[in-house]
Amino acid sequence: MTKISEETQETRTGGLTSKPVVDRKDKQQKRESKNVMQVEDLNLWYGSNQALYEINMDVPEKRVTAIIGPSGCGKSTFIKTLNRMVEMVPIVKTSGSIKYRDQDIFNGNFKQEYLRTKVGMVFQSPNPFPKSVYDNVAYGPRVHGIKKKEVLDEIVEKSLKDAAIWDELKDRLDANAYGLSGGQQQRVCIARALAVEPDVILMDEPTSSLDPISTSKVEELVQELKKKYSIIIVTHNMQQAARISDKTAFFLNGELVEFAETDDLFQNPQDKRTEDYITGRFG
Amino acid sequence: MDKGLQSEGNKLNVQDLIERNKQKTTFGQRIEKVIPWFLLLCAIISVLTTVGILFTLLRESIGFFSNVSIIDFYTGTSWSPWSGEYGVAPLIGGTLLITLIATVVAVPLGLMSAIFLSEYANDKVRRVIKPILEVLAGIPTVVYGYFALTFVTPMFQSIIPDLGIFNALSGGFVVGIMIIPMVASLSEDAMNSVPNALREGAYGLGATKLEVVYKVVLPAALSGIVASIVLAISRAIGETMIVTIAAGATPNLTFDPTESIQTMTAFIVQAATGDTTFGSTIYYSLYAVGMTLFVFTLGMNLLAQYISRKFREEY
Repeated sequence: MTKISEETQETRTGGLTSKPVVDRKDKQQKRESKNVMQVEDLNLWYGSNQALYEINMDVPEKRVTAIIGPSGCGKSTFIKTLNRMVEMVPIVKTSGSIKYRDQDIFNGNFKQEYLRTKVGMVFQSPNPFPKSVYDNVAYGPRVHGIKKKEVLDEIVEKSLKDAAIWDELKDRLDANAYGLSGGQQQRVCIARALAVEPDVILMDEPTSSLDPISTSKVEELVQELKKKYSIIIVTHNMQQAARISDKTAFFLNGELVEFAETDDLFQNPQDKRTEDYITGRFG
Repeated sequence: MDKGLQSEGNKLNVQDLIERNKQKTTFGQRIEKVIPWFLLLCAIISVLTTVGILFTLLRESIGFFSNVSIIDFYTGTSWSPWSGEYGVAPLIGGTLLITLIATVVAVPLGLMSAIFLSEYANDKVRRVIKPILEVLAGIPTVVYGYFALTFVTPMFQSIIPDLGIFNALSGGFVVGIMIIPMVASLSEDAMNSVPNALREGAYGLGATKLEVVYKVVLPAALSGIVASIVLAISRAIGETMIVTIAAGATPNLTFDPTESIQTMTAFIVQAATGDTTFGSTIYYSLYAVGMTLFVFTLGMNLLAQYISRKFREEY
């Protein structure tokens, strides 16, 4: 009983910037069990252009968190900050903190490579390596020193099954991943991300380059995956966010405008800008 | 009131103007017709030159082979044309030795430079280093030759005291330096054209920079890299001035790099600049050697083309 009430309280206050400071410590202890990532006061600049302003957001464990907003609102930048991929652009500066399971990911002792094995990523357009399906999925485990053939075989099979593409590809594991359809490629990329058994999976508009059938397959897959993984998905498609996510964050001009349970956000938006966006008045 | 209507009233009709101009300019139309033929002519000139060179090589070689049996030429192991021995093996051996040394120098250095420039260097550094590297390719080979003879050989002599003034080692080493820009520049192009999405995919799995380089970028750029190496080797085979100046003129079937040798190209220089009588067997042997050289470089160029087509990892 108490757990449920905490959860609802959490989701009510979760995304808003004005948090009571008094009971923060108390809250953090409770949060441990259900928040996998915590973003606090995150600012990000590309050179002198500020792209993200004071983002505060708690990412719940084993649920799907959708991030919506118009183009250029910073949603892709935000998701790439969560596994520090954004730093591939050399002029990026950040302030604030992001905690992954209570460890600060910007801390010098916290290795980027370790973070990325825990926080995996699926990209906007499918980007398999120009190798066989097997080698694609085995790439991550191999990078991290797993060499035994039997172990790799098992990982590849399990990952492809989890990505719901094993039945289609089990006879074509040696085929070059580039010969597959776009939807298959994207699911191979998802399998590739699953192969290192991450904790969180970031998806940056994973269906934007796919046809409707492939899109619905990926969406079904996301529903399956949330049983084991915490998923953050960026989408420009509001219907998709409404269909597949548990919580939704609305970004606008680099600010997190509203973050709430998906049903609440779509049916009962608290902010005027959110309402305008979801009713199609702009964007 | 209405501008559109006014201009209609002035009878300013663009279609009419075009029609009138078309009837006037027959000169432009003639140019249009002539230009493709002119361009074709330009293209044909280089084709004709190749055919001409090939024809001369073949004709003169056939003349040579009527004096010296082709079997003796390719199986003989002694080359001293002034005493009538025409076994080309020492010259081929000399060329291969130089090429081998040059490859050993150029491939690692060129490849590492390419990896640095493509994957590690930031824009500023790349913009400084790449042009400087490419300047290496523009230095006249005769300068390289004297660099080998007067700088590299003494340097090696301080390590290997027995080293002669003319030796395959410094010649091959400097040929290697000369072809570094070729390997580096073409390999860098190949690596640069590997899409960033592939790198991101690997970084996203927790790969380190080095792992991304040798497990994603290098395999994906392999065909371009191999092609660049083969082209550079082909360049080393045909290199003339450096080996003529620094590697000596001793046709010597050896694989000891400290010895003086003679390459096919160096012999051609020797025969063409010395007091060889026109029409003598030595004179014709020049074409037979040239023909052999041509077959080698042609073979390498075809190999490079084949490799870049065959091993292209499509991305």
